[in-house]
Amino acid sequence: MYPENFRYTKEHEWVLVEGDTGTVGITDHAQQELGDIVYVDLPKPGARLEQGKSLGSVESVKAVSDVYAPVSGEVLEINPALADAPETLNSDPHGAAWLVKLRLSAPAEVANLMSAADYQAYIGAEK
Amino acid sequence: MITKVRNHPSQNEALLFERSSPGKKAYQLPALDVPPVDAAEALGAANVRAGIEGFPEVSEVEAIRHFTRLSTWNYAIDHGMYPLGSCTMKYNPRINELVARIDGLAWSHPYQPEALAQGSMEVMARVEAALAEITGMDAVTLQPAAGAHGELTGILLIRALLEKRGNPRKKILIPDSAHGTNPATAAIAGYMVQNIKSSDTGVLDVSALDQIVDRDVAALMVTNPNTLGVFEHNIIQAAEILHKKGAMLYMDGANMNALVGIARPGDFGVDVMHLNLHKTFSTPHGGGGPGAGPVAVKKAFEPFLPAPRLKRSARKWTWDYKRKHSIGRVKAFYGNFGVLVRALAYILAHGGEGLRNATVDAVLNAVYIRKQLEPYFDLPYSSPNMHEVVFSDHRQAALGVHTGDIAKRLIDYGFHPYTVSFPLIVHGALMIEPTETEGKLELDEFVGAMISIAKEAETEPQLVKNAPYGTRTSRVDEVAAARKPVLRWKP
Amino acid sequence: MLEVCGVASPEELFSHLPEAVRLARPLNLPPGISEYEIVDYFRARADENLAGFTSFLGAGVYRHFRPVLVDTVVSRGEFLTSYTPYQAEIAQGTLTTIFEFQTMICQLTGMDVANASMYDGSTAVPEAAMMAARVTGKGRALIARSAHPEYREVLRTYARYQGMPVEEFGYLSETGTIDLEDLERKMDSLTGAVIIQSPNFFGIVDQVKAAAEIAHRRGALLVVVFTEAVSLGILEPPAEADIVAGELQSFAISPSYGGPYAGIIATKEKFIRQMPGRLVGQTVDSRGNRAFCLTLATREQHIRREKATSNICTNQALIALMAAVFMTVYGKQGLRELAEQNLAKAHYLAAKFPPRFQGKFFNEFVARVEGRTPEELNRALLKHKIIGGLPLGRFYPELADSMLLCATEMSRRTDMDALVAQSATLPAAKEVLA
Repeated sequence: MYPENFRYTKEHEWVLVEGDTGTVGITDHAQQELGDIVYVDLPKPGARLEQGKSLGSVESVKAVSDVYAPVSGEVLEINPALADAPETLNSDPHGAAWLVKLRLSAPAEVANLMSAADYQAYIGAEK
Repeated sequence: MITKVRNHPSQNEALLFERSSPGKKAYQLPALDVPPVDAAEALGAANVRAGIEGFPEVSEVEAIRHFTRLSTWNYAIDHGMYPLGSCTMKYNPRINELVARIDGLAWSHPYQPEALAQGSMEVMARVEAALAEITGMDAVTLQPAAGAHGELTGILLIRALLEKRGNPRKKILIPDSAHGTNPATAAIAGYMVQNIKSSDTGVLDVSALDQIVDRDVAALMVTNPNTLGVFEHNIIQAAEILHKKGAMLYMDGANMNALVGIARPGDFGVDVMHLNLHKTFSTPHGGGGPGAGPVAVKKAFEPFLPAPRLKRSARKWTWDYKRKHSIGRVKAFYGNFGVLVRALAYILAHGGEGLRNATVDAVLNAVYIRKQLEPYFDLPYSSPNMHEVVFSDHRQAALGVHTGDIAKRLIDYGFHPYTVSFPLIVHGALMIEPTETEGKLELDEFVGAMISIAKEAETEPQLVKNAPYGTRTSRVDEVAAARKPVLRWKP
Repeated sequence: MLEVCGVASPEELFSHLPEAVRLARPLNLPPGISEYEIVDYFRARADENLAGFTSFLGAGVYRHFRPVLVDTVVSRGEFLTSYTPYQAEIAQGTLTTIFEFQTMICQLTGMDVANASMYDGSTAVPEAAMMAARVTGKGRALIARSAHPEYREVLRTYARYQGMPVEEFGYLSETGTIDLEDLERKMDSLTGAVIIQSPNFFGIVDQVKAAAEIAHRRGALLVVVFTEAVSLGILEPPAEADIVAGELQSFAISPSYGGPYAGIIATKEKFIRQMPGRLVGQTVDSRGNRAFCLTLATREQHIRREKATSNICTNQALIALMAAVFMTVYGKQGLRELAEQNLAKAHYLAAKFPPRFQGKFFNEFVARVEGRTPEELNRALLKHKIIGGLPLGRFYPELADSMLLCATEMSRRTDMDALVAQSATLPAAKEVLA
């Protein structure tokens, strides 16, 4: 369920680090909690994100949830498909529905994040 | 068993634009008694529009049938109990509608000379005085158009007074049980919002409050009774804590229907509050408005009230615009006068004693519902309730049936749902406010429906989950509406 | 019931309230009275208002005939006594009428989307300015002095604590239209909203295109305000605007001493997410039938709380329904004819009461009063049961010698002739005649 090569936050984001690039998304657990996602608000390419600060939000019909940057960095690209098909976040949160790609400015921050096993234990305990 | 309703056919009706045919008309205008004017010449050819593309073209009969058919798709207080918690859906007396339409009031222009507006001004003065007496406050402004608008006015008044005293401060404290308008208002007034947790009994935690209030806190915004229907019994201590540190107590009067004639905010330490005339004072909700949100204040705030103010001089009412400390206008003209007329009709009809009786009946009805439903639904806070009661779907959720499902099933029984999933501090809330309007027959019918649904949740959960069945429109796809918004008709 | 509640008397239901908060005496209000007495009371107040005068007041509140169907529809309990349509299955009546309302406002204003209503035109202005600030990220607002003076006051009240400086720009004394050079001069890189009114407070059709050009060149949005909705029956809609903020009082909403009215905000599709107020959208129900529901609610206070686009909750739904019925009754042909009648009446009056400004006007205009102050003229007119125009000195010191006169389809030629005749009669001469 939760890919081993991802790192996870307590706010239910994931990041996949490849070299100095990170791909960010929200976890399957997060999309389940939110229910049907209807809108995604993302930063503009070039925006500088800081670990733990809001990078945008995802909305269901009756809730808005901030998405926090799992790592600091500059936004390289945002997922263009989500504007027209936010439902992808429900169907493929760990794949096609990635939110942003960024260039890491402080790669050491990754060490603060959870492994897949830790995250699964964390959401298990949260329940 | 469903006893209150049976199905009967309802008419289909297309949108106006789909019913239109070129040339049809429903209007009449007198023959022009002055020479016609060439529009292009008078306005400049570039300023004159072509016909309004797509605008309706229907006959008078088609127009009235259209709106009448649509109206039958609504549930309304006139159909039966409308137990929306915190909304105070009480009967809207029709006398209110009649008097608001009397020509001399309905056609009075806000700029007509004061000498020709004495009747309108007298009505407003009378409303101000009655609301001051009911709230125990010293002065009232009628300018705000609705509750949230009153909140903004009230917080701006607090800001103005604090500023005059040297420091407007930075924060507004808001309990986690508050209406969403409270934090939204604080933000517009330029304050940061600090949420505070309710105690285990669902009320303000006074000792925690004592820790939190510092020189940065401008005010605490509190609804009393709160959104659990529980009276904030520590309110006087809370006011003392705030006042000792130079902060103010703001009261959201949304739940004033529990207090009229019983207790007055002005007597328990409130500095500024608003009322919702479309709740407590019986003016109609009209599918979402209009309302009126008068703000009542203690004397110290009077100089800051929105201009103009009513003033009595030489046995005439005048408007006083020279108010140098005023926060300014919050609305053009003087307020939602037509709503004030309706509220005054209600106050006149009841009198002091009648208003108090209404409060007593409203509380009696809510306590009655609580006692009857307590065996069937989880009651997260056992404190005594006043005009409303909040259950949770804890027991039914274990069976897969949630508050929203129970609400939809209630529709099949012939009732409007209660307030769903609010207040936020109760997970899966069912917030029920019967108001004084309901008699025992309707209440028993409602209680019977709720008990029946609780049993259905145990025996046939799927039945409840897919409700309603008896409505012309079944569950609507709100997700599709939000993903691909269609906000207007297009050919 | 008392037994079920476990109390011996209703008073016991309040025994948990601390003694100190209880009101120990009856409310000091007179005893209740009957329907008959209530009607009597309000009739007496209406009589003190001395109705039955002919009036030439406009200035944001207009006298238009209210088609009978309007009250017939809004008096139906199904509309009058229902709540905000959160429960879509049993509120399709209200939801459908709001959807039709939004559509008609779009058709009228040339915008892509319109909300379900705001409190009124005056509060729609600061909401539009705040919306422009969210879109542009620039808080400063420039508003024309020729916009309604009370609307400008409301904007200042809202703006004061939001880091939203508000400045005004002038109008040309010859034409009464906005001073484009002054606007250009006052534009800066921090300005997010340029706000003009058309027809403006002087009744004059203002320069929407030119204002849009200046605003857009500097990265600001143009907000166009209207107070006289009937004008849109004949005037080109302000399609160059980014936001239209208007007042619908003219659409069958009685003047009612200043309210309740209904405001609207309409805008371009790309700004939907920053719009304040409720929106109704089309969808389907589980059986596949067309249905409507409140949508994009995540913008609103009950979900986004302190980050909401506005704190508005209750709006003016029933009043918006009045406007919707009015638009239906008049329709495509009728609204045009109504506007033409207003135009003709005002121009008839203006032929005898020369306008001070040369700009093109719709149904009101500024006239200079000769030989006495506008207030003196009005006092004289009152003796003939005529309420004259609005003296402008109160809002515009430089126009203290002028009044704003309005004529609508309800202004009879004989009434206008009487106004002209009485105005021409100087006080001294009139005393002699008397």
